Order: sequence, then structure tokens, then C-alpha cells
Amino acid sequence: MVRLITHNLLACHAKGCTTNNYPLKFSNVKLALREADFNPDFLRGFLPRIEWDALVQASRERCSTTDLLKQLHHVLLETHIDEGSMTCPNCGHVYPISNGIPNMLLAEHEIG
Amino acid sequence: MSRPELQAPPEIYYGDAEASKYTNNTRIQQIQADMTYRALELLNLPPGEPAFLLDIGCGSGLSGEILDEEGYVWVGVDVAPSMLEVALEREVEGDLFLQDIGQGFGFRPGSFDGAISISVLQWLLNAETSHPTSSPPHRLARFFTTLHSALRNPSRAVLQFYPTSDDQVQLITSIAQKAGFGGGVVVDYPNSKKARKVFLCLFVGDGRAASAAQQL
Ligand SMILES: [Zn+2]
Repeated sequence: MVRLITHNLLACHAKGCTTNNYPLKFSNVKLALREADFNPDFLRGFLPRIEWDALVQASRERCSTTDLLKQLHHVLLETHIDEGSMTCPNCGHVYPISNGIPNMLLAEHEIG
Repeated sequence: MSRPELQAPPEIYYGDAEASKYTNNTRIQQIQADMTYRALELLNLPPGEPAFLLDIGCGSGLSGEILDEEGYVWVGVDVAPSMLEVALEREVEGDLFLQDIGQGFGFRPGSFDGAISISVLQWLLNAETSHPTSSPPHRLARFFTTLHSALRNPSRAVLQFYPTSDDQVQLITSIAQKAGFGGGVVVDYPNSKKARKVFLCLFVGDGRAASAAQQL
């Protein structure tokens, strides 16, 4: 399962791909929502690590300030991407997602 | 029989049959659980605080289940698809990635509060092809450099592995140091051939466990 929390941390790791390599662009995704235990302490600790532009781009959802942590919990920890792909905006490498598992393997010429 | 890492690359060795055999073996389950608890102890995270962890070579989720029980949020990577399939069947909570750690990670800097790895590093000591990028030192360097960057400062990574010689321990330690890690090796039961366990305890910064919760 890939949740948006993990996608938010993921950049392309192909050889020489060091700028504009984030966030990986989703396409043809199949989403699933799975309930998870709400853990406000975890979220508070995680907030400084979030790249907000990427999150908004990925989720296309707006967080209301009234219940920010609940909304974030839903977006980051309950939204799973089961199928689809993630494309590097810089080098174009496509990381396919199948059965909830992204394939991060590189070809020989892409290994740094 | 020779050691698994000398027989075939991990994604080949752990095919469907071996993956389920491994996961259902109660002795292996017990050893893996013991080593996971010990790794968590050495990780020295602040008690009762949530943390976001990386499980390197998560396999079928034997260690991940313990991370779930302990309330950690985690991401697991493994190069063997059959092992990840078993992890999915076992419904572990962590996000799973098909990844060759010798190719390095793409996680943004400071993503994780800590990392654990149980019985994995020895696989990196064996070259799969004659291509220069697949030589063990090359793969180890890429692994440690990108792991160092993916961890918060300060934090720790604890990696249990089965070295065959002191030279291997030396090689791994020196490459980890070059990647910026402090720390060293902890050996449990050093005098027992059977129970002996080697843990590489690596520090980012001063290695103090990072306090995850900050006031909003
Ligand atoms: Zn790229």
C-alpha cells in the first residue's frame, strides 16, 4: 500500500536526477480509503516534514483549519494508491504501482 | 548447505515457496522477533512517542508486525516480490516498496525518525553481475549515503546482519562512516557460535533519538 504520507517523501532516485525530481506525478491511479487509528501526536511530529505544495497537488483536497489534524490524518494515512504509476517530472522515469506496491527498481544505466 | 546469500540473489532465492516457508517457520519467526525487539531497543526512541520508521529488507513483514504492535508508522522496502506478496496477505500496516537497496533510496532528506534492518546487509556483500555499479562496495556506498540522507538529524539506524568475517564488518563500517554515520558494532552473545548476533548501530548527528512530537 502506498499512502500519501509516503508519496510526500518520495523523489526520483535515478542516476543524475537531482533537480526537479519531486513530487512524482500520479497517473491512472486507483484509490482506496482504509480507516486508520487517529494519532494526533504522530501528525504533530510529522507536520514539519510535509511538503505542502506536493501534498495539495497529490490530494487536490483542501484542509479546513477547523479540524486540520483529522483532515490530514485522512489525506496522509487513510488514502492509499493501489494501482497506477508515478512519473518523475525531471527524467520521466515511470515507477509503476501494482497491487499497492510501487516498483522502485532502476535499469542498469539509471543506477548512480 | 551454504548460506542463502551465496546461492542466489535475494529476489530469486526468496521465490514463492521459500517466502512462505521462511515466514511460516516458527523458529525463524521467534529469532526475527527477538532481533526486532533488540533493534528497537538499540534505536533508543523516546518511549511512548510516535515515530516514522524505515524497515530495510522488510520481507514478509515479520518485523513490521512488531512495529505495528508497538504503534510505529513505517515504510518497508524489499527486493523480493514473493516476500512482499506474503506481507500483503498478512495485512501489515506499513507501506511496501519493491526496491533494491543497493540502488539507493529516493526518500527526501530527513524523512524518517529511524531505520531498522533484520538479516539483510549480508546480501549486499555479494555481487550479482560483473558490472561496476553492482560491486559490493559501490552498492554499499549508495545504500549508506542515501540512507543517511533519508534519516532525520539526530536519529539512528540499527542493522542486524550475518557477516562471514571481520573483514566484512570492517568494510561495511568504513563505508558507513564515509557516508557520514557515526556509531559502531554491537555484538550480542559474542562467544556463542549459534546465538551470536551482530548489530550495526549507526548515528546521524549525535544519534540521540529524535523527539517526534512538537507542539502544533
Ligand atoms: Zn528522475
